[in-house]
Amino acid sequence: MRGYVAKRLLIALVTLVGMSMVIFVLMRLAPGNIVDIIFESAGYVDQADKKQLEHELGVDRPIPVQYARWMGELVSGDLGKSYRYDMRAWVIIKPRLPVTIELAVLALFFSILLGVPAGVVSAARQNKPIDYVLRVLSLAGLSMPSFWLAMIVILLFVRAVGWIPSITYVSPFVDLKANLWQFMVPALAVGYRSSALIMRITRSAMLEVMREDYIRTAQAKGQRPTSVVWRHALKNAGLPVITLIGIEFAFLIGGLVVTETVFNLPGVARYLVEAIQFRDYPVVQNLTMFIAVVVVLANLTVDLLYAWVDPRIKYGNA
Amino acid sequence: MARVVETVPVAAAPQALPFERARRSASLRFLRTQPLGTAGALLVAALVATALLADVLATHDPVRTSTHVLAAPGGDFWLGTDNLGRDLYSRVIHGSRISLVVGIASTLLGAVLGGLIGLVAGYAGGKTDLLSQRLMDIMQALPILVLALVLAASLGPSLTNAIIAISIPIIPRAARLIRASVLAIRELAYVEAARALGVRHARVALRHILPNTMGPFIVLITAQLGGSILIEATLSFLGFGVPEPYPSWGRMLSIAAAEYAEKAPWLVIWPGLAISLAVFGTNLLGDALRDTLDPRLRGR
Repeated sequence: MRGYVAKRLLIALVTLVGMSMVIFVLMRLAPGNIVDIIFESAGYVDQADKKQLEHELGVDRPIPVQYARWMGELVSGDLGKSYRYDMRAWVIIKPRLPVTIELAVLALFFSILLGVPAGVVSAARQNKPIDYVLRVLSLAGLSMPSFWLAMIVILLFVRAVGWIPSITYVSPFVDLKANLWQFMVPALAVGYRSSALIMRITRSAMLEVMREDYIRTAQAKGQRPTSVVWRHALKNAGLPVITLIGIEFAFLIGGLVVTETVFNLPGVARYLVEAIQFRDYPVVQNLTMFIAVVVVLANLTVDLLYAWVDPRIKYGNA
Repeated sequence: MARVVETVPVAAAPQALPFERARRSASLRFLRTQPLGTAGALLVAALVATALLADVLATHDPVRTSTHVLAAPGGDFWLGTDNLGRDLYSRVIHGSRISLVVGIASTLLGAVLGGLIGLVAGYAGGKTDLLSQRLMDIMQALPILVLALVLAASLGPSLTNAIIAISIPIIPRAARLIRASVLAIRELAYVEAARALGVRHARVALRHILPNTMGPFIVLITAQLGGSILIEATLSFLGFGVPEPYPSWGRMLSIAAAEYAEKAPWLVIWPGLAISLAVFGTNLLGDALRDTLDPRLRGR
């Protein structure tokens, strides 16, 4: 197990270093350097100021030196400075983190709550009308843009109950009810979309397990069909579902980018969009790296969980 | 078997050749066994027809503004007008072109580039494979939308840049899929025979292995097309995709639609419904093709 953990950690580290290089190159695809962009968008003209900013950001140095400097800052936990707000990026990100975490956790909760039972029922009733209905519903979830779903939900709520999403963030520690109202609808919008993938993988894994001998044995012993499906089959079909939930996390963050924007939630994902819109490139670079770290850590956790749950993996037999 | 071997005089040859007959029976089997896939194929066909016949189907110029601002659906404007008085029906019809062009071009670009990487990695093996695998891991460490968003922002908003930005995240998926196929095919006897005959590596890879990866490749393209249309819509919605004056479905749902949503809900409903139907169709077709072409999934 120790060897497996070490190998996974090494792969995660290599992925992150590689990702940092990719992001570093991506941010330099735009014509001109970051200072040119900042000056162009802010309308500055003073060349002395420009030189000073170039020096401050280190863009006057060779590319490898710039990369090494950025890495040094990241390792020491420095997420750079926002040129739009003229303050450290971490100061802006920190209060936004709880918003994104709460939305992500609630969305994940809804996606599992909707996806797993739907997948089980769909597999247990394969090629029956309920299977077709659930498959169409899940595919519809995958086909609808999350921002459109969010807009339609807002429109319906505004028309039906006169509810308008709150502009300011309400902390759950201040007013839990108002907070849940604020997060419930966006979390459901993201969760429904994500539940479609969970439903599909649960269905597929369940269908595979349902053909196993031990399921036939359980049925032959006279176990109730519900018990066979939920206790015997689901337990063994759970592993690929756990893996997918890890992968799903990355998918979910993508969904948050637009949902936070549509619902006016002041989270990290919305800040990324704002930073891109205002060409606050040092922040975009750091925030993208931050998302990569979160995704890699989520995948690493799932890998380790998987090995812990399935002994075949930690002993290298699978 | 005997029927296939039997020779038929040329003059008495049946109208359909065995190959055509096999293709027709495969199509009929698809229609019978994949009703959802057939529905998907019809939706995709409708999307393609709309894009091709947009000039005929549209009732107004999709970019011309008028004084009929936020007119309700009906009369001259079947789906109403937007905040600049442009006919929404004509814009939705023309929007299908952008979605289809960006969707197909980005999917093909990403799938071909990724496919070639997968072919080289799978055929060469060893360090080349290891290196390309790690590179693909790295490219998949970011959510597709975030990667496309950062790329689109770096490259600037334009039709070509949107295609490039959407195609890059497809590369690792295609590479992994084709690599897996190549790994299985390269061990087959006919490939070994070709190598034993002294056929050069490039020729073995391109002439003997590549054509046999077409099944999964077609499935990937169909399945990915919906995703590409969706990303284009999202990028355009956020203002990083296809710029004005192109009538992009995602852009139609942007700021103006949100601002006037309560007063003119049709601005939100129709472009979103068009995106959803287009993606739904490609997803249905992609699923059915995967089930049909992947024997491991047959009967599930």
